[in-house]
Amino acid sequence: MSGKDAYISINNVSKRFGPVVAVDGINITISGGEFFSLLGSSGCGKTTLLRVLAGFEAPTSGEVYIDDMAMSEVPPHLRPTNMVFQNYAIFPHLNVRGNIAYGLRKDKLAKAELLRRVDEALEMVKLPGFGDRRSNQLSGGQRQRVALARALIKRPKVLLLDEPLGALDKKLREEMQIELRALQQTVGITFIFVTHDQEEALTLSDRIAVMSEGRVLQVASPKELYNRPVSVEVADFIGQMNFTDATVIDVQNGRAALDTASLGRVQVPVNGDFASKGAQVVVAIRPEMLSLSRERGPQGENAVQGVVKTAAYLGDRSHFYVSVDGSDKPFAVAAREAPTSLTQSLDAGTPVWLTWPDEAPIVLPRP
Amino acid sequence: MNDSTAVTDPIPAPQKNWLGKIRALFLRSETLRGYTLLSPTLIIMAFSMCVPFAIMVLMSFWTQVGFEFDSTLTIANYAQAAERPVYEALLLRSLAISATCTVLTVLLAYPMAYYVAFHVHHHKLVWIILMTLPFWTSYLLRVFTWKIILGFNGVINSGLIGLGLIDQPLEFLLYSPSAVVITLTHAWAAFAILPIYVSLEKIDRSLLEAATDLGDGPVARFLRVTLPLSLPGVIAASLIIFIPTVGDYVTPALVGGPDGIMLANMIQAQFGKVNNWPMGAALAVGMMGIVAAISVIYIWLTRKLTERIE
Amino acid sequence: MKGVSYIRRPNRPLHVYALLYLAFLYIPVLFLPLFSFNDSLYISFPLRGFTTKWYASMINNEPMLAALLNSVKVGATTAVLATILGIFGAKAVTRYRLPGRKPVVFVIMLPLVIPGIILGVALLILMSRMGVTLSLYTVTLGHILISVPFAMATMIPRFEGFDKSMEEASADLGENAIWTFWRVTLPIMFPGVLASLLLCFTISFDEFIMAFFLAGTDPTLPIFIYSQLRFPQKLPGVLALGACILVISFLVVFFSQWLRHRGTAGTARVGI
Repeated sequence: MSGKDAYISINNVSKRFGPVVAVDGINITISGGEFFSLLGSSGCGKTTLLRVLAGFEAPTSGEVYIDDMAMSEVPPHLRPTNMVFQNYAIFPHLNVRGNIAYGLRKDKLAKAELLRRVDEALEMVKLPGFGDRRSNQLSGGQRQRVALARALIKRPKVLLLDEPLGALDKKLREEMQIELRALQQTVGITFIFVTHDQEEALTLSDRIAVMSEGRVLQVASPKELYNRPVSVEVADFIGQMNFTDATVIDVQNGRAALDTASLGRVQVPVNGDFASKGAQVVVAIRPEMLSLSRERGPQGENAVQGVVKTAAYLGDRSHFYVSVDGSDKPFAVAAREAPTSLTQSLDAGTPVWLTWPDEAPIVLPRP
Repeated sequence: MNDSTAVTDPIPAPQKNWLGKIRALFLRSETLRGYTLLSPTLIIMAFSMCVPFAIMVLMSFWTQVGFEFDSTLTIANYAQAAERPVYEALLLRSLAISATCTVLTVLLAYPMAYYVAFHVHHHKLVWIILMTLPFWTSYLLRVFTWKIILGFNGVINSGLIGLGLIDQPLEFLLYSPSAVVITLTHAWAAFAILPIYVSLEKIDRSLLEAATDLGDGPVARFLRVTLPLSLPGVIAASLIIFIPTVGDYVTPALVGGPDGIMLANMIQAQFGKVNNWPMGAALAVGMMGIVAAISVIYIWLTRKLTERIE
Repeated sequence: MKGVSYIRRPNRPLHVYALLYLAFLYIPVLFLPLFSFNDSLYISFPLRGFTTKWYASMINNEPMLAALLNSVKVGATTAVLATILGIFGAKAVTRYRLPGRKPVVFVIMLPLVIPGIILGVALLILMSRMGVTLSLYTVTLGHILISVPFAMATMIPRFEGFDKSMEEASADLGENAIWTFWRVTLPIMFPGVLASLLLCFTISFDEFIMAFFLAGTDPTLPIFIYSQLRFPQKLPGVLALGACILVISFLVVFFSQWLRHRGTAGTARVGI
């Protein structure tokens, strides 16, 4: 894999537009060859941060280092980054070949070599023979690939992608996700990918930075983000999550006993100073970690009673919403098995027992 | 594409000297970059207007002595302008002619703009071009055509005589204030249409439908909805016509005759035959001041009126 | 009446009025070409016969041709310089966040609301105090002053409708500001630039009031025409000249308007 030494260090970067703080004190390091995503809803500052990396916005404070070089004095056209814009920014007055070759003017290549490289780039994005087409003859997906090719042909150390799949329909988007990931692994450069779609980020990334209101909430791999979110906000943003308030009764050897509002007493591993004795916390548990049964299981098993509110059978999965005492929001339960005779008759109103494995609940600070 | 060499330009090392500091500041500050780009235009425009105006104002306090200027400051020019009735008369006539012309032009243009905004459904572009085309042709020629139309042997007279409707040519047509008004109205007609058209076009049609639904007939609808909402365009059109016409000397010179000359002709004479530049400057400053004052009052008045509506 | 919504009912009187109004706008102007073919020294009815001799006489009229050349020179220079200033100004105002943007734009647009005579007088005074002799250069300066607002007004909507990310993409791909302008901005903006050039040229070509104050020994065409107006025998020749100018102006303006609207449609289609 190439480009391993291209690593990015974002040091305490803030960007202010007048009174509005778009990005506040961001500290992230990104390794070479990583597929790194900036994830958050609109307005969280992810695009602004990307543009700071590209050089289109100068940070109000803080510094960006790429490959150990400070970028504050480097204008956008001299940075080792290239960007795929959200609306692709394909030049309308040039054909596809002209667009892709655009950034190579300074290299002063011989015409034959230039054409060869453009064709190579077109092959890479699976648009062979498209060289003579004009931009208004391309579909959205094709434009996106041209934008990709145009950026990649310059072999940047870092590729910045600003919600590149947002304008595509679902099927095309899923296809492109697979292709992008494969491409990144072939080319081996660092991809920094901005998206508001958490499924997309989870699918593609090596690591994700979850952002909200200009700040980074958590930086971790998809697996860790999913299983070990550090806050209610992150947990709620990634996938679906059930929450219940709780109080810490006792903490010993990294395990806490908690009194929850709706799940009775639980004992879970905790880390973090917030879970001290008597502290008010939140206990969270994923829908797929919960199971339903009519009868109460063996003693000692984590179990609580509830009533089925709604049931949805989705072919290979079933989704239930179960109301439980102590919680005004019903618990979401996802059962992955095909409907059996057990689950088939779990209609609304049926009393059930919710059970879960010991290690499933997560303790989070109360916001 | 499996090359491991990244082909990029060498990144320049940051410079520590003052030049480097300026570069860094430049890169960081969008405002600085923007104003630098703007500077040639802004400087040239500001310089070409502010400096001449300043000097003009200054000169208005001087006096003309032969071919030289006596630069001792004095308000003699202004005093003279205030005292001698001819200046006041000219000023009033200029304002009257401009005002009449403005009112006429706007009144005539409004229905036309209304027509194109509301009743033309195909080829609006063609109508717009047709309406604005005269705008771009020679002003001098447009004035001149009225001279030949209104003249003693001109088109109207010879036409009417030829048709046997009159025996003698009509004398009053040319070389009178009315000739100036007619000519100016025609010359500036195209200027009035566009602003009015634009503001009419912007009116949301569903507002009119709502008014109808609430019981307004066409006239009431026009007076209560269309007219107030098109007022910005009417204001713009009025100012676009009033301000330049106050300062027009070509039209009075060609079709005004001695009864039709305006203040601008007097100013022009000061720089020509009369050769009294400071006086000319004073008159120009005076005219500018009065025009600015009238415009400000006009805008303020209409704002007051429209505030009630909005 | 079927299929037309209530608000859009046709209005006969208004329709008639519109046509009359157009007639009022155009007929006086059409007398120029009409009488330029008239075989008579006097501009009056009845018409005396068709002739093209007035047009023929134009070719040999040396002073007229000289004045025409002067106007072309001034017009071309004004067009180029005003458009350049307009491009800088429009780009700065639309692409950058500038504090104080409104007052700045107001200052640049100021010449639109100042009577031509005041501008002419003020510049005349400035030139004479600076010891600059009046010439075609001073006329050009005055014309640039009144053309720049129009150039900016033409360019600003163009820049606003033109996706900023195009220029950013060009920078991202390695081109500095000047190359970006040359390779991306200018080609895409070309219809607008052309329209501005034509517009400024026409304004300058037809402008009389300021030129009269600021010209030296070399007259521009309108100044020349004005000077001919006192000679009755020159009148038909002036008409012929006027008719030519009219036709050419019409063609130029029509072409530039067509360009303007065609260009915006094209880029709007592409701007995603």
